[in-house]
Amino acid sequence: MTSKPAKISVQGVTKTFALGRDTFTALDDVSLDIADHEFVTVVGPSGCGKSTLMNILAGLETPTAGRALVDGAPVLGPGPERGVIFQQYALFPWLTVRQNVEFGLRTTGVPKAERRSRAEHFIELVGLERFADALPKTLSGGMRQRCAIARAYAVDPSILLMDEPFGALDALTRVKLQEQLLRTWSQDKRTVLFITHDVDEAVFLANRVIVMAARPGRVYDVIEVDPAIERNEAFRLSPEFAALRNRVWHSVYHQEGRTAPAAAGSATS
Amino acid sequence: MSVLEKRGAEPSGQTPPAPDDAGTTNATKTAAEPSRPGRRGLPLILNAVSVVLGIALWWAAAAAGFKLPTPPEVVSRAGTLIADGTLGEDVLASLTRVLIGFGLGTAVAVPVGFLMGWYGIARGLMEPWIQFFRTVPPLAIIPLAVVVMGIDETPKIFVIFLAAFLACVISTFQGVVNVDRTLINAARVLGARDAVIFARVVVPASTPFILVGMRVGLGSAWATLVAAELIAAQEGLGYRMQNAQLYYDLPTIFVGLISIGILGLLMDRILLLAERKLTGWQERR
Ligand SMILES: Nc1ncnc2c1ncn2[C@@H]1O[C@H](COP(=O)(O)OP(=O)(O)OP(=O)(O)O)[C@@H](O)[C@H]1O
Ligand SMILES: [Mg+2]
Repeated sequence: MTSKPAKISVQGVTKTFALGRDTFTALDDVSLDIADHEFVTVVGPSGCGKSTLMNILAGLETPTAGRALVDGAPVLGPGPERGVIFQQYALFPWLTVRQNVEFGLRTTGVPKAERRSRAEHFIELVGLERFADALPKTLSGGMRQRCAIARAYAVDPSILLMDEPFGALDALTRVKLQEQLLRTWSQDKRTVLFITHDVDEAVFLANRVIVMAARPGRVYDVIEVDPAIERNEAFRLSPEFAALRNRVWHSVYHQEGRTAPAAAGSATS
Repeated sequence: MSVLEKRGAEPSGQTPPAPDDAGTTNATKTAAEPSRPGRRGLPLILNAVSVVLGIALWWAAAAAGFKLPTPPEVVSRAGTLIADGTLGEDVLASLTRVLIGFGLGTAVAVPVGFLMGWYGIARGLMEPWIQFFRTVPPLAIIPLAVVVMGIDETPKIFVIFLAAFLACVISTFQGVVNVDRTLINAARVLGARDAVIFARVVVPASTPFILVGMRVGLGSAWATLVAAELIAAQEGLGYRMQNAQLYYDLPTIFVGLISIGILGLLMDRILLLAERKLTGWQERR
């Protein structure tokens, strides 16, 4: 794995936002490499810049300093090799499930017949075939999320950027979608950057868990998870899982100097 | 197959969204359709009862000596006005003015609203004028319009145009400004360029706003009509009423009022129907 070049490379990325007269540092000198076929999860407190990092990789934001590379080339904008699943489902509410899934295929000029069959395939993959012609408003949260996943998959990206995709779902649906995601990932081995604020989810899915800290947003800790472990219920209930979970939990919720920035924050305001 | 069985188990597991999930499953079939007339039936009856009561009240008031024509008087006047073709001509003249003014107003307002919402430059250039004319009632423009444009159809249509334009342009602009950023981002990551984003995201997303603007614009257009027809008109519902006023001809005034009301209601219903058709995808709260 070490011999492979990085699929995604984030090099000293800093992102500041103008906040009135001040600037706010959302990301401070973040560096990280993700190998081809790797499943990386990012976990951290709210406001630590997870979404900002993903937007930079998606090409929706530009870094203030540093650079983001995909396949060795700097990210200059969105690209079809990077599929994005947003924190909010971001389905087009005026389009049916099928039309949503076909959206990316239309913009990339896939001919109609192929569009149809590819959309059909991914709608089936996420189990929405009975709802192919339904509008998003008639779908439950979990179904909307599956539709968003199908829409991203349909363009066949080699990289999936997922921003808390299961955040708004109940525990049961969530576990199901996690397992389904891992099943498809183990077949097609895309490179996945998966953002979450759920420690269990981060550990269960990842080859590597990246823990971020806030104010300023930075990489705080990196925890490896043996990719050879089979991700199933047994793993979820195993002592290894509990140990990893403990480590990540401590990293997220007992970050050193965590009180210091908060105090500094209240002093400035 | 495994996906299927998992899906089957899902609704029972989602404690809060479960009823919603079950309900939507039906909604995608036809369950929502048959229930609608049932729910609509009662209000319709109430509407009819209310109309009948209102007319009865009017009749009673007229009989009690208020200076009002009785319903039969109004109906018979409507009969004569229809028979001699006056009402038809008036309706045609008024409708033509409203439709031309309103049509031009929306046709200009929609692209201008889009430009203002999409390009900061366009917004900066046009905003002061729109804000200014918004505070001036279109009727206040009539004297100016008559002096500048004469007394033929042009000033009448112009004030109606202005009323419709102002209502619609602001609402279209709001619609474009309010387009959800995440939807635009979603389109971008799916490979859409500006033109596609505009046509396939911005336009549909702002359609509800445009249609609301059109309905408000139509209301303003009607509201402006009667006053616009005070400008040396030879026909039209407003003119006919104005003329009747000179002879204390109350039944004719009533016929004019009722005609304006009915026509306005009909046109509003048509737009409402279009709105339902075009914006049915919206989640109603
Ligand atoms: N466009 C923007 N303008 C100003 N500040 C911004 C902007 N986008 C993000 N921020 C700030 O940057 C910080 C990081 O935001 P980001 O959305 O990346 O956090 P996050 O880690 O995804 O949080 P969450 O877990 O709540 O989604 C936040 O404090 C936010 O207020
Ligand atoms: Mg976020």
